[in-house]
Amino acid sequence: MEKDIVIDLKNVSVAFDGEPVLKDLNLYIRNREFITLLGPSGCGKTTTLRIIAGFLEPDGGDVVFDGKSCLGLPPHKRPVNTIFQRYALFPHLNVAKNVAFGLKLMRLPKDEIEARVAEMLRLVSLKGFERRTVASLSGGQQQRVAIARALAIKPRVLLLDEPLGALDLKLRKDMQMELKNIQQQLGITFIYVTHDQEEALSMSDTIVVMDDGEIQQIGTPKDVYDEPKNAFVADFIGESNILDGVMLGDYLVRFAGMTFRCVDKGFERNEKVDVVVRPEDIVIVAPGAGVLQGVITSATFKGVHYEYIVDVQGFKWLIQSTELHKAEDLIGLHIKPDEIHVMKKSKYSDEVGDYSSYSDEFDELSNPNVEEDGEEE
Amino acid sequence: MNQPKKRERINDATPALNAPYLLWSLLFIVAPLAMVAVYAFLGQNNTFSLDVFRSLFATADGRRMWGKVFGDSLLYALAATVICLGLAFPLAHFMAAGRARAQRTMMMLIMVPMWMNFLICTYSWRTILETHGVINSFLSWLRLPGLKLLNTPGAVVLGMVYNYLPFMILPVYSVMSKLNPSLVEAAQDLGANRRAVLFRVTVPLSLPGVVSGIIMVFVPSVSTFYISQKLGGKGSLIGDAIEAQFMVPDYGKGAALSLILMAIILVCMMAMRRFSDGEEGSFIA
Repeated sequence: MEKDIVIDLKNVSVAFDGEPVLKDLNLYIRNREFITLLGPSGCGKTTTLRIIAGFLEPDGGDVVFDGKSCLGLPPHKRPVNTIFQRYALFPHLNVAKNVAFGLKLMRLPKDEIEARVAEMLRLVSLKGFERRTVASLSGGQQQRVAIARALAIKPRVLLLDEPLGALDLKLRKDMQMELKNIQQQLGITFIYVTHDQEEALSMSDTIVVMDDGEIQQIGTPKDVYDEPKNAFVADFIGESNILDGVMLGDYLVRFAGMTFRCVDKGFERNEKVDVVVRPEDIVIVAPGAGVLQGVITSATFKGVHYEYIVDVQGFKWLIQSTELHKAEDLIGLHIKPDEIHVMKKSKYSDEVGDYSSYSDEFDELSNPNVEEDGEEE
Repeated sequence: MNQPKKRERINDATPALNAPYLLWSLLFIVAPLAMVAVYAFLGQNNTFSLDVFRSLFATADGRRMWGKVFGDSLLYALAATVICLGLAFPLAHFMAAGRARAQRTMMMLIMVPMWMNFLICTYSWRTILETHGVINSFLSWLRLPGLKLLNTPGAVVLGMVYNYLPFMILPVYSVMSKLNPSLVEAAQDLGANRRAVLFRVTVPLSLPGVVSGIIMVFVPSVSTFYISQKLGGKGSLIGDAIEAQFMVPDYGKGAALSLILMAIILVCMMAMRRFSDGEEGSFIA
């Protein structure tokens, strides 16, 4: 296992103008892995990528490639390539010359360059676009050129910085599949940065959830969704009802004024905890039939299901159900023991609330006292 | 690439908005140009003729003299343009990489000489370069022999560079400051060292600024007469010759020389345009 590690970040820390951006980050990346750095803007994910690419030197810690430290190694000497957020194609070069850029710098013979360019354009389904100018391409096509350009020089590791952010939804989904295919076909390590949790869940072998310059959780998509480590992860990935609870003992948790059987153990007796219940895991039953009871305050049709906001003793629950109910209906809530996930309290516990609104961002937008912080760069 | 044939009006601009300038250019650009042409091609009996042009180049002496005048003018202007580019490109590159505040400050410093009257600037160079001027006084204080600086070709080129340098810096800087920094990173990422980034990305992408800088320095340099008279002693460039003809006054010769100069500038501009288009063309080929 040890020998399969391509990149190892050891105790990496960075600060911009005294403001810490990465705090003692430790992360290793295995060969041929599709790893995603997931987090809100400003969490340090792009900074991590830039450190790996060599555009940024960390203030502390070490970056190890294949067992060798590459601190101080300029970007052009690193075996990694980057797909930039806005593609960064060379506007003065046509499609073929963009793809050939890195190959020419390697001083390969002309026919080999041509063959490789043709191969790469075939890989990204852009055959016949060789002589087109970059400006004449759509966003999706520019994206493919960027991918072909980076892959042409056969990097060990491909870094992708929110590469699909500028594409529309359908195209984004197609490109997700295509990227995943390319990754498996070529057997290259992908380090993918995104703030889109769905993208992360559907593409990655491993997800690294980051916030505030720290790694919150590392795991498979299923791990981070089903077993979030703290309130931040639960809140950021998918929708979650996060409640204050108390562990009464093994397999017994009290929240929302009731005691529930659960599948978690190993907490202190009467330890304060965060309890997560996913909205799709709650079953709506007749009033009185469930443990909890509440009034629907809003009902929204979402296509595959309805989304209800349910007021249970002042706490607004989010519930997804295919059954039709109306606002003002009194309903019962049934939650099975294995749908209850208990987490240790963290610094995020106070930040997550109920579903009075979907996002903290929304609350902040309407709050004149909160200043907009700049996009991460 | 393919411009749509149909013209769309993007704002509420109407042709009437163009009227003031149209009038202006008719009165002060088109009409004078027409008059120059009339003087240049006016024969003895008020007919069209090439007599004026013929008289200029009739004798071997005339051909030699005007050849030298035009040749010197082009050579001096070329030297000034090359020096300006050599100074401006690295400076613009440096400025564009700086912080916003530093960029504004440097921009100010570059503009300051332009606030001063161009004639005064040129005249003050005399006091610096004179036989007993600032430089020579300093040299003699160091007990070094004096130099003949004033009334030399070098002084003329210096005057051109001094006066027109901002016109090179401005367009080059304005293109460079708008260069997307991630293009440089992309190039580095793909294996380009500093040299390769410069020649494969920065230079080709700054070319539009360089081309307009060259035009804005070369054109006034090739036609100047004040700089060559004040710093070159007897003005011996084409601008001086034209001025002299109008002073005689021989409007016919002055107009003819003006037209030749315009033609030369036009040819240079076209060559320039072709060169820059050719560059872009070669990227596509």
